[in-house]
Amino acid sequence: MNETVPIVLLDGVEKSFGAVRALTGVTLELRAGECLGLVGHNGAGKSTLMNVLSGNLAADTGRIEVAGADITGRLTPQNAAAHGVRCVYQELSLCPNLTVAENARILHPSIAGIGWRGAARRLIGEKLDEVFPGHGISTDDIVGDLSIARRQMVEIARAFAVTTAEARVVILDEPTSSLDAVAAKKLLDHVRHYVKTGGTCVLISHLLGEILGTSDRIAVMRDGGVVALDRASAFDRNSLVKAMGSVADAEQDRSAESVAIRDTAPVVVQAMPKTVETIALAAHKGEVVGLAGLSGQGQTELLVRVFDHASGTKVAGEVALVAGDRQTDGIFPLWSIAENIAIGSLRQFLKGIFLDHAAARRFADGWRGRIGIRTPDIDQPILSLSGGNQQKALFARALGSTAKIIVMDDPMRGVDIGTKQEVYGMIREEAAKGRTFLWYTTEMDELRNCDHVYVFREGAIVADLRRRDMTEERVLHASFRSDA
Amino acid sequence: MTGVATLIRQPWLWAWVGALVVWLATAVFTGGKGSGEVLSAAMTFGAFFVIVALGQMFVITLGPGNVDLSIPACMTLAGTVAMKSMDGASAMIPVGLLLALVIGAGVGTLNYSLIRLLRIPPIIATLSSSFIFQSAAIWWNRGLRVKPPEALADFTTAKIAGVPVIALFVVVLAILGHVLLTRTIYGRGVVAIGQNMRAAHLAGVKVERIRAATYIMCATLAGLCGYLLAAFSGGAALNMGEEYLLSSIAVVVIGGTSVAGGFANVPGLWGASLFLFLLVTMLNTFGAGAGVRLVLTGLIIIGVIVAASGGKART
Amino acid sequence: MSGRLSPRLLRSLLPPLSLAALLIAIFWLQPRTMSYFGLNLLLNLAIPIALATIAQMFILCVNELDLSIGGFVSLVACITATWLHDTPLLGIAALAGLIAAYAALGALIHLRNLPSIVVTLGMSFVWLGLAVLVLPTPGGNAPEYIRTLMTLKPAYIPFPIIASVVIALVVHVGLMRSAHGTVLRGAGGNPRSLECAGWSLLKIKMGMFALAGFFGVLSGMALVGLTTSADANIALRYTLLSIAGVILGGGEFVGGRVSPIGAVIGAITLALAGSFLSFLRLNPDWQIGAQGAILIIVLALRVLIGRAEARK
Repeated sequence: MNETVPIVLLDGVEKSFGAVRALTGVTLELRAGECLGLVGHNGAGKSTLMNVLSGNLAADTGRIEVAGADITGRLTPQNAAAHGVRCVYQELSLCPNLTVAENARILHPSIAGIGWRGAARRLIGEKLDEVFPGHGISTDDIVGDLSIARRQMVEIARAFAVTTAEARVVILDEPTSSLDAVAAKKLLDHVRHYVKTGGTCVLISHLLGEILGTSDRIAVMRDGGVVALDRASAFDRNSLVKAMGSVADAEQDRSAESVAIRDTAPVVVQAMPKTVETIALAAHKGEVVGLAGLSGQGQTELLVRVFDHASGTKVAGEVALVAGDRQTDGIFPLWSIAENIAIGSLRQFLKGIFLDHAAARRFADGWRGRIGIRTPDIDQPILSLSGGNQQKALFARALGSTAKIIVMDDPMRGVDIGTKQEVYGMIREEAAKGRTFLWYTTEMDELRNCDHVYVFREGAIVADLRRRDMTEERVLHASFRSDA
Repeated sequence: MTGVATLIRQPWLWAWVGALVVWLATAVFTGGKGSGEVLSAAMTFGAFFVIVALGQMFVITLGPGNVDLSIPACMTLAGTVAMKSMDGASAMIPVGLLLALVIGAGVGTLNYSLIRLLRIPPIIATLSSSFIFQSAAIWWNRGLRVKPPEALADFTTAKIAGVPVIALFVVVLAILGHVLLTRTIYGRGVVAIGQNMRAAHLAGVKVERIRAATYIMCATLAGLCGYLLAAFSGGAALNMGEEYLLSSIAVVVIGGTSVAGGFANVPGLWGASLFLFLLVTMLNTFGAGAGVRLVLTGLIIIGVIVAASGGKART
Repeated sequence: MSGRLSPRLLRSLLPPLSLAALLIAIFWLQPRTMSYFGLNLLLNLAIPIALATIAQMFILCVNELDLSIGGFVSLVACITATWLHDTPLLGIAALAGLIAAYAALGALIHLRNLPSIVVTLGMSFVWLGLAVLVLPTPGGNAPEYIRTLMTLKPAYIPFPIIASVVIALVVHVGLMRSAHGTVLRGAGGNPRSLECAGWSLLKIKMGMFALAGFFGVLSGMALVGLTTSADANIALRYTLLSIAGVILGGGEFVGGRVSPIGAVIGAITLALAGSFLSFLRLNPDWQIGAQGAILIIVLALRVLIGRAEARK
């Protein structure tokens, strides 16, 4: 193994989604026989970068070389696999209706002909035994019947398995997120073994202990770029957290006011995540409550339960929701901007039993002005708007309703900074009028607009921070498991 | 000229243009002889199509996978039970009507309960329930063909100035359907659910209530159609609903309603119903047999759906 | 994980158990059916239904639905009873063309991302129309070899049983056990992952539709072999029966979860439901209704098993 020749070379890779720059010129090399740890907060660009490398996304600019061959622009998932790049994704890519062995066959076309089943069983079975001894999985189990942890093990073993196609670079994106500590340890040991035999591994994890203990080098990403890259021994937990965090801007002090609300205003929302050991969430009238933590730690589920007035929550009054995942949770793609805004408040436009469309339109037009949706005509289709303006329409839908409680599901994803400032102001204004906000956000800046912050981890609330106690470091420390 | 531009963009326009072209082609072929009668017949038969298609339209608009396959069975059951209980007595006409509507509502309730309780796709729920309703109709009917009350039969065949009364009645029904779709919270909810069920729920739309109401309404309309059709054709026949299964879906699709849900219009239903009937008439006049008529109908349905999919991309 | 019946096993046992229960009931009501000829009569018409159900299963396996299979089988029956009997070469060419048409439908649905329900709905008109054109009035003759095959009287085991077992096993080996079948099923389970692994979804969909067409052709030919003549409406109810059969056999609408053996069992169960009622001396009017009721009962049982599974 020649240490000087990189197996993968990324040079100035950029990628934008609309107005959002997900990668801002990343230059990175992977060497044979090393494990590179990749860390960063949500939206720092880790997953986007790995999707570019595995061929799922095409880079806008930049050069990509694998094993000395320039394959810029020709990188497809198949091509990447042919060059030995394997990826274990966060969302599992197994076919749930097939058995473990059959799934191995899907990824390895060379397993065919008479006796293919035996070959597939041996391939995946031996790899499972090697990586996760005592895994308890039969190669004839249907994947859909396996627990998430076992599916993850199969997915990992499948990526490391070698047939005619080599596994040169294995990308592990949060591989231990659903494994228990014992299985995670086995995996990390295997990663070390694998790199010792000349393989290359990229390990993405939010468990800093894992990263520090397994990697040879660590790259820290922030805002779409690599901001720190050094030998693993040069970092420790604190320096990693510091490198990931964004520079704190001058903040106005609102803590005194926040304390006043907590102490005097009545509680309007009480809710508890469905996990065993957890803190309960409470929101008082007129309060902006932040739900922090890494993405997907149970924040959205809690918001939806509050919205549904589900059992286990105590909610005083109507709730409106601002969706963050606009495409799946928010907009109605065939409707105009006006229709998208008015759907949340139809009862206000009833004349007898009929809807007064003119009134609905006036209402939507009023909100266009108040919230600054940039369009000449609110009868235009909602899809004619930019992402940020679509989001404003969703805010208008919720704020325009009669609900006194508003829950927001990371609503600023992909929204430009100008829009954000406008919306922050509007939220403060509405809160001052007595509305209560539950605001799930993965961005530190937004938490500074909150009166009280709850940090989520693995479905539970692990920290309950008053505004004056909340610092970026405390939130980050609570977000990352301390035992790992 | 914006009026013309808006008109061109109306989804129902093409069904109407198609109906007009087909009618004119027939008229040219026959030298205008009998064109009036053809139109009158088209309005009568079209009316029956529109009644069931109206319900089917609301169901299809609920989104992918939503379709009611129990319409023919429901029509037959309602028609048979109503005819038999009226037994030709004019005094029983309202009772028969009420029975037909109640049966329809019952069918719809059962359909929705199956969808909800067994958590099975609407297609399979309405399919399996339709087997039962069809059997119930056969059992109730016992091969008898009970004549409808004369007054009712007269109503279904009556004309005012050459226009069938039943067509006028269904025009009013269609207007009600149009208002329901565009001017009520229910209608907005149906369209919202069809575009994105989860987003509709999170925007405060009462999703399950609306779905239940839609399936019940669809079956009730089928019951009404069965009642009127049985009266029109001199009694309920066991296969009377047969052609309405595919036709109800075809009329909805040709009428410009999106089969993927979330977009519907009522005027297109009338246009498509007239078009389908006039197409058959035209092919008849041209001397084409039943086979050619069916093949062309099928190809037109596929052509419309292919053209519609090219027009707008759904993500 | 204990030695007790797992819900999955229970669910896969549901179709054979329903069939067994139905058979036992029939034998008990009418012991004479428990003979060679009794079984022959009882199960004869199940063969074409089973073949049509297998055809539907291939379509459902890739998350589509075929509302035209009944019309298609009717058309095949009409062609078999006329062209294949009178001018075999033309007949064979026509049937091969029909299979190619099915593959083309699969391509059209995949490439334009069309809802299969509406496309196949339109095709049901086309098939029916073609059937009327080929055979305007009921009639025709079954080709001798098909007739001979369908009326075989092998020793000991009645032909319908042998045929059902052969159909089920052949498709089972092809779809469930072979390396290629695995890829086909994977396309129903997680199409994106298949595409990433370098398989062509277009080819898979065309292949599955062609297979459906092939089994539809077999179904029509078998049907004519039994009835000796055809008419354009002969198999229209197969559309609904085939969907019901797949579901009854443990198949699901999405996710590529199908079972060929289950589908054949489901088809036979539906075919037997009618006989069962007549032996019960219940009104024959309830024949179709019984099929619906069986479907609902089995689906309800499946929901119960699913709940038990979720509780684990």
